[in-house]
Amino acid sequence: MSGTFIGMPKFQTAAKEALGNSQQRRNLQHATHTIREKRARVVEELDDWEGLRQAGADIKDNVLSHLDTYLVQLEESLTRAGATVHWAGDAAEANEIVTSLVRATGADEVVKVKSMATQEIGLNEALEEAGIAAWETDLAELIVQLGHDRPSHILVPAIHRNRAEIREIFLREMGHVGTPPPAGLTSEPRELAEAARVHLREKFLRAKVAISGANFAIAETGTLVVVESEGNGRMCLTLPETLISVVGIEKVLPRLEDLEVFMQLLPRSSTGERMNPYTSTWTGITPGDGPQQVHVVLLDNGRTDALADTVGRQALRCIRCSACLNVCPVYERVGGHAYGSVYPGPIGAILNPQLRGTTSEVDQSLPYASSLCGACGDVCPVKIEIPDLLVHLRTRVVDEHRGGMPSGEEIAMKGAAWMFSDHRRWEKAQKGAELGGRMFRKKDTIGRLPGPLSAWSDARDAPVPPAESFRTWWKREKEGQ
Amino acid sequence: MRVALFATCFNDSMWPETPKAVVTILERLGVTVEFPLEQTCCGQMFTNTGYAREALPLVERFADVFGEYDAVVAPSGSCVGSVRHQHATVASGCDRPALADRARTTAGKVFELSELLVDVLGVTDVGATFPHRVTYHPTCHSLRMLRVADKPLRLLREVRGIDLVDLPSAEECCGFGGTFAMKNSDTSVAMGSDKAHHVRETRAEVLVAGDNSCLAHVGGLLTRQRSGVRVMHLAEVLASTERDFAVDNELGDPPAATTTQHTDTEATT
Repeated sequence: MSGTFIGMPKFQTAAKEALGNSQQRRNLQHATHTIREKRARVVEELDDWEGLRQAGADIKDNVLSHLDTYLVQLEESLTRAGATVHWAGDAAEANEIVTSLVRATGADEVVKVKSMATQEIGLNEALEEAGIAAWETDLAELIVQLGHDRPSHILVPAIHRNRAEIREIFLREMGHVGTPPPAGLTSEPRELAEAARVHLREKFLRAKVAISGANFAIAETGTLVVVESEGNGRMCLTLPETLISVVGIEKVLPRLEDLEVFMQLLPRSSTGERMNPYTSTWTGITPGDGPQQVHVVLLDNGRTDALADTVGRQALRCIRCSACLNVCPVYERVGGHAYGSVYPGPIGAILNPQLRGTTSEVDQSLPYASSLCGACGDVCPVKIEIPDLLVHLRTRVVDEHRGGMPSGEEIAMKGAAWMFSDHRRWEKAQKGAELGGRMFRKKDTIGRLPGPLSAWSDARDAPVPPAESFRTWWKREKEGQ
Repeated sequence: MRVALFATCFNDSMWPETPKAVVTILERLGVTVEFPLEQTCCGQMFTNTGYAREALPLVERFADVFGEYDAVVAPSGSCVGSVRHQHATVASGCDRPALADRARTTAGKVFELSELLVDVLGVTDVGATFPHRVTYHPTCHSLRMLRVADKPLRLLREVRGIDLVDLPSAEECCGFGGTFAMKNSDTSVAMGSDKAHHVRETRAEVLVAGDNSCLAHVGGLLTRQRSGVRVMHLAEVLASTERDFAVDNELGDPPAATTTQHTDTEATT
């Protein structure tokens, strides 16, 4: 049904293709700049923003250092409130649990609240294989699902589409899976939203089972929290008889009061709003009101591996706001698909290699998918030092390759390091460059470089080395040598 | 105060005019600068590409060579950024806690050019003359790692004859990113092309920045485009005096104002 990220090529290859899609680049530039500016305006309003960021980071760090305790506490609270807790070590286990829970209800369809955890484990595909239709009810997720597409943004998964493209997708696909859009649908946002509303209403009213994630899970009370904008979440969380929530184990917060910090950080960082339109909280089962079967699947899927890395673990502070995507100059130009994961952008570049490991081509290339410009770290509401983690993971990728057949890069790096480790060697190398500089003396720049250096000169002129290095000049002028 | 110049390996071999300009500026301000010949490279390229083990000896060398000085100045935001932000991390990551301490102490005395001038020497008018239309690109590591903020602009505003114009979307990365420019050359060029476009929008003659590596990237695009825009390091603009542009005169006239060449020095403090 929807696209998959399995077997993605390395970032560079996918990026090259994406850069050629001029419509997508225009859509992304427009959308990221709009959200970026909105975020900047609402963050500016708060004079204690830095304090809030620090508080957010501190709360999350405390959770991560005592995760075992908080998880057990969460399980006890949930159980006390009438929910059933399941533990899933990986994606396959989580999918199996959810599929059998749905089967047990006899339903052959579910409505879904937008959830990164279920995207991460490929739950829709697993349900489809089991003959269960999973209907995405978030507008952007619906667009992605109807378009047989992949999400390209954490918060706005259809960010790579414009409204003309959305109209086409609705007209082509909606009628096959439910209420069709009205004839004469235009690309007016109001009309598109209304078409989606009518299409979805039928599914909300019919569904017996809903599947959600959670933005936060409160250990003390067993309360789950979903933060959303469209009200589709509220429908899914209240109407069906059975509610299954797949929650990453790092989503725990110790106390309800901690929400005070995160409910200020999250909406401002994600949609650039002071407050999001819908915040739903539920604590197990309330007799006679809402779902009477409540299941919570606590998902590891690589999170404990990330936790084991004392430097890398701060990536688990992430609250999935997308601020880092929206400011990233690489993401803005390449889009989300090239990252080969439901987590694209800077956070994806540090999260995926930690959750999935660094065995695949794409996961090895992700830490390098950044110019280390630092814009992501500056906007992160929980102060994840994304550039530092990118460098940390690059070191991991390089170190894992050591000992085998050295790559051209490794040989070049080792050679350069050997040269720089003694200034006399460096001076000799400079003499060679000076010779080259004298050869090219009549030119200002070099238009074409050989071999791997052509990656530079295909689009950029290269500087000509000078006939005399600074060192040579200094020795002559200042030391009379 | 003993001040050492860390030229940086790139500038030493590829852009010697930049460290020469630093010497010129500091001498004009009455500061004697030393250039320890044992210096090589800060190791940034190795660290940022994942070769921390290869960077380690360079981290140690840096502390050995520069540890004894009161202040070290480098005309590169990214190299100073690497020294200040990464050296101790590299040492700790390689289980060298004593070196990490030493690297931290040394890093505390290392300044990017605009930091040394504005923060340490307390100068914004360095007695420069540069009668050209100029736009300034704040490179990422100066901006977001060192937080030099508007220090380079404060220095540029005091330059005589300069026509300083704002660069649209100035704070966006140019796309150089060290080995990123090679490993992700397509994305790097896409970012650089947008930067070059903004530079051309300003109709500036000269693009100025505090890092020659970023300038080589954007400048390489600008010359490929036959844009007619030159790139120049901040230090070289600040070192320029009336004499320089008189000699530069394309008509080949003899220098006109040689007598005034050093009169600006008094206006520096």
